[in-house]
Amino acid sequence: MDLNSVRTTRRETLGLAAIASLAALLAPRMAVADEGAVAAEIKKLYGDKKFDSGKLRLDVPEIAENGLVVPVNVEVESPMTEADHVKAVHVFADGNPQPGVVSYRFTPACGKAAASTRMRLAQTQNIVCIAEMSDGRLYMAKSNVKVTIGGCGG
Amino acid sequence: MATKPTPRVRLPASVKAGELIEIKTLISHDMENGQRKDASGATVPRKIINKFTAAFNGKTVFEADWNPAISANPYQSFFYKAQESGEFTFTWKDDDGSDYVTTNKLTVA
Repeated sequence: MDLNSVRTTRRETLGLAAIASLAALLAPRMAVADEGAVAAEIKKLYGDKKFDSGKLRLDVPEIAENGLVVPVNVEVESPMTEADHVKAVHVFADGNPQPGVVSYRFTPACGKAAASTRMRLAQTQNIVCIAEMSDGRLYMAKSNVKVTIGGCGG
Repeated sequence: MATKPTPRVRLPASVKAGELIEIKTLISHDMENGQRKDASGATVPRKIINKFTAAFNGKTVFEADWNPAISANPYQSFFYKAQESGEFTFTWKDDDGSDYVTTNKLTVA
């Protein structure tokens, strides 16, 4: 229906509004990962292994005004030697359409196991971070980020 | 993609041996996440940079696998312990198969 050329009557306008609101109700909600999806991703990587806390610091803002650009900084305490270093760090978000955010692989040459980037968050959610050490130890850190405007582009 | 992705890297020009340096990288890229719809309602296909690699004198020192959750114009910083002079090679891998590569010299005094 071309709204520019046809003058809509009051009845038509109301009818259109009714259809629009109905469509909004029926439209499937944006598919979103959940804690289960994050847990499944972690299980795929590490099976049922236990996670320790500490050593790993996940730096995210408490409140993100713009979900399109949320700084995320991770840092792991480690001497970063050939015998004892951080192998990998994974970051997940449980309220995004896909749980994965970023996976880092460090080498002893890095000297310090820290990295920063910027991520998109669709809504208020938990960020889960996992660090894998060269000897197989695993660490986990979690943080909640309140998102004022979601960054999903939808 | 409106413009060709331009990588930018910031690192100190000259460092002491054993010094820990922070390397900051930025590349212009839309990072189309595959969730957005265009004006006609069709889904805009995913096109992101899915991998960032930093190598020093040909040896990989740091890698990052990026998912669609990484913001447009992705920023990445990481650390490196300078031991010898040489050259960094930074590579960004696009979903469409192209590589964006830039090199930076590091001089250890």
